[in-house]
Amino acid sequence: MRKYFDNRRLGRIFIYTILALFAAYSLFPLYIMVITSFKTMAEIRGGGILLPPGTLNLESWTIAWSGSGECTQGVACTGMKGYFANTLLMVIPAVGISTLLGALNGYVLTKWRFRGSNLLFGMLLLGCFIPFQVILLPMAQVLGQLGLSGSLVGLTFVHVVYGLAFTSLFFRNYYITVPSELIQAARIDGAGFWRIFLRIILPISAPVFVVSVIWQFTQIWNDFLFGVVYSDSQSQPIMVALNNLVNTSTGVKRYNVDMAGALIAGLPTLIVYVIAGKFFVRGLTSGAVKG
Amino acid sequence: MFSLDRWDVAYTNLIKFSVCFIILCVLIGLFLAILLDQKIRVEGALRAMYLYPMALSFIVTGTVWKWILNPEFGVERIVQNLGFESFTFDWLVNPEMSIYTVVIAGIWQSSGFVMALFLAGLRGIDNQIIHAASIDGASLPTIYWRIIIPGLRPVFFSVLIILLHIAIKSFDLIIALNNAGPGYSSDVPATFMYTYSFSRGQIAIGSASATIMLMVIIAIVVPYLYSELRSEKHA
Repeated sequence: MRKYFDNRRLGRIFIYTILALFAAYSLFPLYIMVITSFKTMAEIRGGGILLPPGTLNLESWTIAWSGSGECTQGVACTGMKGYFANTLLMVIPAVGISTLLGALNGYVLTKWRFRGSNLLFGMLLLGCFIPFQVILLPMAQVLGQLGLSGSLVGLTFVHVVYGLAFTSLFFRNYYITVPSELIQAARIDGAGFWRIFLRIILPISAPVFVVSVIWQFTQIWNDFLFGVVYSDSQSQPIMVALNNLVNTSTGVKRYNVDMAGALIAGLPTLIVYVIAGKFFVRGLTSGAVKG
Repeated sequence: MFSLDRWDVAYTNLIKFSVCFIILCVLIGLFLAILLDQKIRVEGALRAMYLYPMALSFIVTGTVWKWILNPEFGVERIVQNLGFESFTFDWLVNPEMSIYTVVIAGIWQSSGFVMALFLAGLRGIDNQIIHAASIDGASLPTIYWRIIIPGLRPVFFSVLIILLHIAIKSFDLIIALNNAGPGYSSDVPATFMYTYSFSRGQIAIGSASATIMLMVIIAIVVPYLYSELRSEKHA
């Protein structure tokens, strides 16, 4: 009995050690990012990437946010604040519109079935898997014809279209659990398409709205490829700005500014994750696998 | 396009990257999920720590790992400071190895997510079967190997599809990490398509590579979706 107990205890220690090691591996880059962003360049060159900074040096954060003031062109000079605003201006309408349209799609696909609605759903699912690269060129033509290329409106439009597949999927999977008898009864009572949607469906949709909003926000905020292709220098979103900041070849490399910039770009989604992690995970799993 | 040496590099890299990335992600994810399933006290906190990279952009991930793997200041320096003077770790600037730095960063970002999927699968397995098996004298490893892992088959399937899909789409990470370099040594079809379409203006070649990507994705995804939708109808 005693030996069994010892073995079990050893096993537990082993398990906790491994789990802790992985947690350290997972947190390591975040730690590096934070401490590097507070160091001076002299400290960085002095060595010890692992060592915490001697003093809390905020200079790199101000440079990353509002620029160094030494020049006027590009993100290295103007800082990321303009691009941060760009991204906000794009994210809010894109998330709102794609979520609402997704809710409508889900409602129609489950409660107002028509011939071929299953096929349509299959095609929507396929839409979740299409690589960005495939739609880049055709979408560029569409934007050109609409006169929206190189603008925030165009970029928002692209995100709405691409996000629709995902939001429709979320809402469809949620509404399929709503009993159809409820809708039937309402129809017998004379309620129409919109009335049922507004009075019955929407009031019970809060959880799936949260999932959809968080998912879309994270996706759009983190997007790089659409941003780099469909924007001009005035309308670049934040990830493009970050990449430009890090990969500028002019001047001295300032790693602390790079890290502060990466944190600024990463913070909004991290905050969302910390506040609403449960919904975030739900979105990930249901966005990637069905239901 | 098929006569271009760069295309050869791109798709060989994609194969190298996908194989390493998928195998390691699955192994790490499954291993962590099994460990976390042993009634761990701080499970919630650990899960949050493993999963948070998924909330970050690939650009942010690339930026950080670029710094960590930097031969001058990063991992190489840490190990050298520990006393191993001759230690070198220059994968980021070594054309032979640069694609594997993408694997390292990719695993960091995605293995937590794989863990979450497997954990959900593990929780879905009927406890009574496990209980019955342990009464019959099966040891814990046997239970896992013979009962639980086969029971996770559908999860494996989903995980494979998702990871493959991430691998084929991976673009941001490579751009941020080493810009498909040195040279074009860590090019994949996604970056190839981008370079030809937008930097070099050879849109025809860009479109051809995009079409190949679409065909590969469709070949993988359509049968998967078909079987998923069918089983849903039967259920």
